[in-house]
Amino acid sequence: MHASISSLVLNRLLLGVVTLFVISIIIFCGVELLPGDLAQEILGQSATPESIAAFRQQLGLDRPATERYLEWLLGVVSGDFGASLANGREISELMGERLGNTLFLAGMSALISIPLALTLGVLAALYRNTAFDKGTSICTLTAISYPEFFVAYILIFLLAQTGFFPSISNISGDMSLMEKAYRTVLPALTMTMVVTAHMMRMTRAALINLLGSPYIEMARLKGVSPARVIVRHALPNALGIVINVIALNLAYLVVGVVIVEVVFVYPGLGQLLVDSVAKRDITVVQACSLIFAMTYVLLNLLADVLSTLSNPRLIHQR
Amino acid sequence: MKDLTKTLRQISLSAWFGIVVVSVYILVAFFAPVIAPYGETEIVGGVFEPWSDEFLLGTDNLGRDLYSRLVYGARNTVGIAILTTLLAFAFGSLMGVLSATIGGWLDQLMGRSVDVLMAIPQLIFALLLLTIFGTSIINMILIIALLDSTRVYRLSRAAAVNVVAMDYIEAAKLRGEGLGYLIFREILPNITAPLVAEFGLRFCYVFLLISALSFLGLGIQPPTADWGSMVRESANLISFGEVTPLIPALAIALLTVAVNFIADWFLHRSTGLKG
Amino acid sequence: MTDNDLLLNIKGLRIEALSDDGWNEIVHGVDLTLKRGEVMGLIGESGAGKSTIGLAAMGFTRDGCRISGGSVVFDGEELLEKNEKQKQALRGSRIAYVAQSAASSFNPAHRLIDQCCETAVLHNVLDRDTARDEAVELYEKLRLPNPGEIGFRYPHQVSGGQLQRVMTAMAMSCKPDLIIFDEPTTALDVTTQIEVLSAIRDIVRQFNTAAIYITHDLAVVAQMADKIKVLRYGNEVEEADTRIMLSDPKEEYTRSLWAVRSHRSVEKPAVKDSDVPIISIQNISASYGSDGPRVLHDVSFDIHKGRTVAVVGESGSGKSTTARCLSGLLPISEGCILHNGEELPISSKQRSKEQLRELQMIYQIADTALNPKQRICDIIGRPLQFFLGLRGEEKKARVRELLTLIELDPDIYYSRYPTELSGGQKQRIGIARALAAEPDFIICDEITSALDQLVAEGILKLLERLQSELGLSYMFITHDLATVEAIADDVVVMQYGKVVEAGTKHEVFRPPHHPYTELLLSSVPDMNPDWLTGLLQQRAAMDGSGESVKRPEASNPKESVCQSN
Repeated sequence: MHASISSLVLNRLLLGVVTLFVISIIIFCGVELLPGDLAQEILGQSATPESIAAFRQQLGLDRPATERYLEWLLGVVSGDFGASLANGREISELMGERLGNTLFLAGMSALISIPLALTLGVLAALYRNTAFDKGTSICTLTAISYPEFFVAYILIFLLAQTGFFPSISNISGDMSLMEKAYRTVLPALTMTMVVTAHMMRMTRAALINLLGSPYIEMARLKGVSPARVIVRHALPNALGIVINVIALNLAYLVVGVVIVEVVFVYPGLGQLLVDSVAKRDITVVQACSLIFAMTYVLLNLLADVLSTLSNPRLIHQR
Repeated sequence: MKDLTKTLRQISLSAWFGIVVVSVYILVAFFAPVIAPYGETEIVGGVFEPWSDEFLLGTDNLGRDLYSRLVYGARNTVGIAILTTLLAFAFGSLMGVLSATIGGWLDQLMGRSVDVLMAIPQLIFALLLLTIFGTSIINMILIIALLDSTRVYRLSRAAAVNVVAMDYIEAAKLRGEGLGYLIFREILPNITAPLVAEFGLRFCYVFLLISALSFLGLGIQPPTADWGSMVRESANLISFGEVTPLIPALAIALLTVAVNFIADWFLHRSTGLKG
Repeated sequence: MTDNDLLLNIKGLRIEALSDDGWNEIVHGVDLTLKRGEVMGLIGESGAGKSTIGLAAMGFTRDGCRISGGSVVFDGEELLEKNEKQKQALRGSRIAYVAQSAASSFNPAHRLIDQCCETAVLHNVLDRDTARDEAVELYEKLRLPNPGEIGFRYPHQVSGGQLQRVMTAMAMSCKPDLIIFDEPTTALDVTTQIEVLSAIRDIVRQFNTAAIYITHDLAVVAQMADKIKVLRYGNEVEEADTRIMLSDPKEEYTRSLWAVRSHRSVEKPAVKDSDVPIISIQNISASYGSDGPRVLHDVSFDIHKGRTVAVVGESGSGKSTTARCLSGLLPISEGCILHNGEELPISSKQRSKEQLRELQMIYQIADTALNPKQRICDIIGRPLQFFLGLRGEEKKARVRELLTLIELDPDIYYSRYPTELSGGQKQRIGIARALAAEPDFIICDEITSALDQLVAEGILKLLERLQSELGLSYMFITHDLATVEAIADDVVVMQYGKVVEAGTKHEVFRPPHHPYTELLLSSVPDMNPDWLTGLLQQRAAMDGSGESVKRPEASNPKESVCQSN
């Protein structure tokens, strides 16, 4: 009976793996597309042909691309991303703590924004077309229109100037959790504002869409109270959409930290990525992009699978 | 004419706000040389001079007049964003409608490619591609247009698929009509409303993305005046309690809010949503 | 009649709806009284305000509507003065509602039995276990298969006819005083409709529940109601006891509604054996997708010049699929189609412009058949230009001619958009577009089933006139036997993708019938109020004698799956 739902989920998982594989190829091939010679680019015009040749050999550029791709992929799978071109340090070492910091920031923002956004979304749907709904609609529309750095600087201006919170979130591994959290408040708040607005709008839209269905009218005509209509009749059917909304915004949290990290000089993966792009440190950019893309793909995959599992028509088949 | 006045009367307050703001921006962009007291890249004073009658918003880190650069920024930042959005739309909507109309292998191929492109977060992908191809305005426009066209493709394909399912398309196909007639006479007129609203939303997105890249120093490059990089250049002032760096950021925010308000109203009207 | 007998008393009810230009009144002061245990039929065409009034009897309006005047007194209490909480307490427990589409009115996320019991438990009428037991009892009374088990399924696992009965059980769960039935059988096939109608009628009588039965189908309401109220454009036309209303309607409008079903086409001379049919379908089979299920099996029939062939069947019978094969949209896997003796290429893409021109199609839903962004002159003008090469003044003149032919004033409609037209007018534009190609054969796919009866009647008469003037041949796809009687020369009865019976109208409609044709014919409601009772008695007697009329051939596969697991 459940054969087809498990095959549906399996199918989706397989597709996810294929997507990751294709992404790794794109990220790898991107470097191959570099106009001109990578070694020449890095060493500059003044480099002698000998030094370029030596550098090429060091990078392995003299070997065929497929061979290098397989080697790189095997390394990535075992956690070895190679060495930075700029300073020769191990990339996995560079990224290790920063990835943890980025996830800490994203997690903290998620903890605040998800419950807040869902509650506000349900309330706006419940009291739709009232002053509350119209007010929040304008506020959220405004919030999603702001560039993140604008929100960040406003927060700095309002909260850091007055000395409540530090404007630079230079956290390190030896700090206590409370100390870390305190220093992360401003970046987390910035992310929260942007993400909450998004999530709330999507939750409200999904619910209102459902509230137009005949079975909601039927529930009302059965004498079911408005709150129960939302909770018992609308929410179970909106679950798939809500899961997707959350996943999409979680993915955004992890990826969207880039700007916020730069503003607050937060030692995360995003800042590493931006620095490396500026330095054209290709191997580090490759590694960071791959990590970000993987997180994004996995979260979307998870959402897909969960929302499939929450669809009553799919779980209880004929 | 009667319809026009009726439509005008139905425009919501927030949409009116949006229309006024956008008009002001367009005027400023057009008449930038008239409005700005100094040239775009002209060094006219000392470094970081405060607000004065001579320099309305003070000067920047090189001694250029911030107010003049703000005015010129309207041209550069908005112009580039519009150009990029137009490119993304031309390509994305054409491919979307073609996919929906022709179907079959083209649809499959486009669908899968777009899936993969969209599986990589846009900002990250843009950063990766900019590293590879180097940071220049042309590269940035092309890269963002390509990445954003995937979203336009999805929307226009979805809208067109609904239209293609209609009986009047079947009737036209049964008449033996060609692809051109189908697309331009039968399908496109029916999906302009969602596409126009989407143009507003995509513009905001592209505009914010470009500003973000410029803010990171990877987008529009100096000495071209641009709001994103202006924030970056004067960011340190904020620690001294100055509001100056917030002004170009505010310029960005105000325009996106305005466009979003208009798009939101338009979307409501065209889909007939009352909720 | 004392006031105590009065269950529902609606006086001067006015309802407004929100449109682009503000609030417009759509119900203009309607009165309605109902005694305990009485069933009133509300009948009218679309836009008459039947559903709106039905919902207002519960003190409910849809979003974008409001009650602007009048009073609704239920069991001595004014509903319009009650607050939402008080109305909530009444809804479901004392006044219940049965919606048109059961499939979309049940919540897909919950089991049927939980939805059935929700009302009784919420209103503290019964505890959960008793409510469940009573629900199963009601299922039994409504003659649902496997009453003990069917409630534990989800809505999408149960067929439409059964869902409609489960919904009736849900409405009954609190033994309400009044139930509003809003077109409960409109979406069902005729043979399923009988089962639902008889189940509803029996249970309403058993519990002596009062009911408002909303429908557009006179024959249906004749079976169900004690009295009938006719509505038009939000006004009452007249009200009377069912038998009086049927035998002696007072108002002109009511009489015109009654007269619709009496139309008959003129008999045409018989087909000679030597005539080459204009379309000859020979042993075609087809399936959706290369390995999909086969939906047509060995279908054959001929269509002769100047005649109308009606293809009849219930949903899933393959009648529309046959049309798709004929027009070249769905490839046939076996057999062939001859046009004037010549074989037509399978796909429309391989057919010549001439072949495409001679075979035209009119669609069921005129809204989706006309491009909303094109003017009438462009819609009709395009085939003129495309097939006949007409341009400029010549094209303009021909469009005007065609508009006159379909009885629309060219001065008014020439440059309008489809959205500015009524349903019947849109369907006429669809006809004009087909005529513009100067075809010799037209497929009409359920073209009157989305229209009100009076409008449909007009379309049928127009088609007949065009046939006699232009010598057209029609293939008329329909599920409605009344339409068949009105317009067909020949009839093809289909079931599960096969032709069950074919011949002239007289051959098919005169006994002895094929058992399925018999079932179809006998299931069409009559205007006689005793028809349903008579039919059920007759069927019961036949069941007793061992000669079943129920579902000949294999039973519907969907239903059997539902019943077995």
